[in-house]
Amino acid sequence: MNNLLVMPMAIPVLAGILLIFLRPYVKAQRWISFFVMIANIGISIYLLNWIQTDGVQRLDFGGWQPPFGILFVADSFSVILVLTTSIVTAICLLYAFSSVEKSYENMFFYSFVNFLVAGVNGSFLTGDLFNLYVCFEVMLLASYVLIALGGRKVQLRESMKYLVINILSSWFFLIAIAYLYGTLGTLNMAHLSERIAESGQTPLLTVISIVFLTVFALKSGLLLYFWLPGSYSVPATAVSALFGALLTKVGIYVMIRTFTLLFYHEQQITHLLIGILAGLTLIGGSIGAIAYKDIRQIVAYNVIIAVGFILVGLAVATPEALEGSIYYLMHDMIVKALLFLLAGTMIIVTGETRIDYMSGLIRNYPLFGWIFFIVMLSLAGVPPLSGFIGKVLVGQGAVNSGSYILLALAFISSIFVLYSLLRVFLNCFWGETIISEEDEIPMKKGWLIPCVLLTAGTVILGLAAEPLAIYVQDAANTLMNPQIYIDAVLND
Amino acid sequence: METLITILTGVLVSVATYLILSRSLIRVVLGTAVLSHAAHLLIMTMGGLKTGGVPILGGEDGEAYVDALPQALILTSIVISFAVTAMSLVLAYRTYQATGTDKLNEMRGIKHE
Repeated sequence: MNNLLVMPMAIPVLAGILLIFLRPYVKAQRWISFFVMIANIGISIYLLNWIQTDGVQRLDFGGWQPPFGILFVADSFSVILVLTTSIVTAICLLYAFSSVEKSYENMFFYSFVNFLVAGVNGSFLTGDLFNLYVCFEVMLLASYVLIALGGRKVQLRESMKYLVINILSSWFFLIAIAYLYGTLGTLNMAHLSERIAESGQTPLLTVISIVFLTVFALKSGLLLYFWLPGSYSVPATAVSALFGALLTKVGIYVMIRTFTLLFYHEQQITHLLIGILAGLTLIGGSIGAIAYKDIRQIVAYNVIIAVGFILVGLAVATPEALEGSIYYLMHDMIVKALLFLLAGTMIIVTGETRIDYMSGLIRNYPLFGWIFFIVMLSLAGVPPLSGFIGKVLVGQGAVNSGSYILLALAFISSIFVLYSLLRVFLNCFWGETIISEEDEIPMKKGWLIPCVLLTAGTVILGLAAEPLAIYVQDAANTLMNPQIYIDAVLND
Repeated sequence: METLITILTGVLVSVATYLILSRSLIRVVLGTAVLSHAAHLLIMTMGGLKTGGVPILGGEDGEAYVDALPQALILTSIVISFAVTAMSLVLAYRTYQATGTDKLNEMRGIKHE
């Protein structure tokens, strides 16, 4: 019981409200939101170490004992994701300082970034299914505003699509919650898990779990990703980096949580289905990533491939594979943010979006070019960088459980990732320079520093896999043994 | 009673589906609003209808109480769907202003800039 648990959600909410009143003071808005994220980083590191010594923590709101009240539960998995979210958001904010137009900043840009982060952190930490729905909606409402901010025609069209898709998926979420409540009479996740284990996962519950799967597949872009490339390519660069790094990851987190904590009894049905969906996502994402010449589309399809890859780990559901998924989740949040920032910066400096209209950028911006090269290696899974450890562990898990088709698809998709980015690299960074020295738009420090920081992040995550392993192993251990979570919530 | 409400939910869902599949933006928005009402009715039905008295402590002993939780859920969910509907109406109006049309099929031609 410690109030610190609610801070990663409460501080951004309060800061977001405060910033509404500071509308004319852009400087103050920038630094307040930046320091909120720094504070969140500190809190989540403290929580993470605390969980290692004292086990899974919970906070009952208003002193209502579970299962009657709403509560936040912090285990290693959720706090690791809160930590990564805070780091990535802080760096994206740094990028936003020098790239987002003044008119955006005056129109509550920073408030809504704070609300978005509040929703994301709330979804990671909550221990109640309906509260999860509420946190999702907080996150989505902020994202509707951020995607439409700017009001260009194409933005409005894409945000309308995004909005309708998400209203529909939220509706399915409500329906699934209603059915689950009607069947089991509780919405506390630990209590649900206990009751499902008692009654056995009846066919009715399996059907409900598939309704949940549909919802989270829509949110995370697992096979139902048709809305994703359009809506992630229209907003401002810093916003699309945040979306690419955070939004689909929340869907993935919730899917991993529900299918390891609640619906883990009928793995031959649910996990097989997840495996099939993940495989199809890998195929579809790979085709998309090499089919387009618009760099924003290429980057968006890379997000989809990663979703498929992480959920391969859930589908095979061995301890190593889940560890691999957690590593890969952290890696992907950092690297996808970086990839979106790089793509956005390339568009700003060239004024083009198609890769066949760009050329020779490495001569104009050498450091920038090498950062892109490192990202490419990191996404492909080259050893010292962060993609490697996740891929190895997921692969090991797939071998141990004998899912060779998923294994093959997962690693072939890595080649497609490499190919799609190599194509961007060869087209845009090599070849004749198209920007003469006079026309060259100077690379602002504010664009380069966030990219360098994120690159350092992927290198450190790769090199520090060993010290991080205790946290990740603990996270995977809690996921594999739902009883740890249930004991922490109900039998304390 | 439950059967009736379930049928009503079904009718609302089919009306909403019809509206969402139409071409006009404003109809799509109205469709999503109707859809959320259907979900609220379903949640209420799932809690059981008319099974007891008002859920207030200190009533007569041994009286069966109505389950209050679904109503709390609906209350929260109504507030959320209110916010989402307001947001989507604003967005639909802005889209109409910017593109000069509220027909979804006429918006297809807008290129990525």
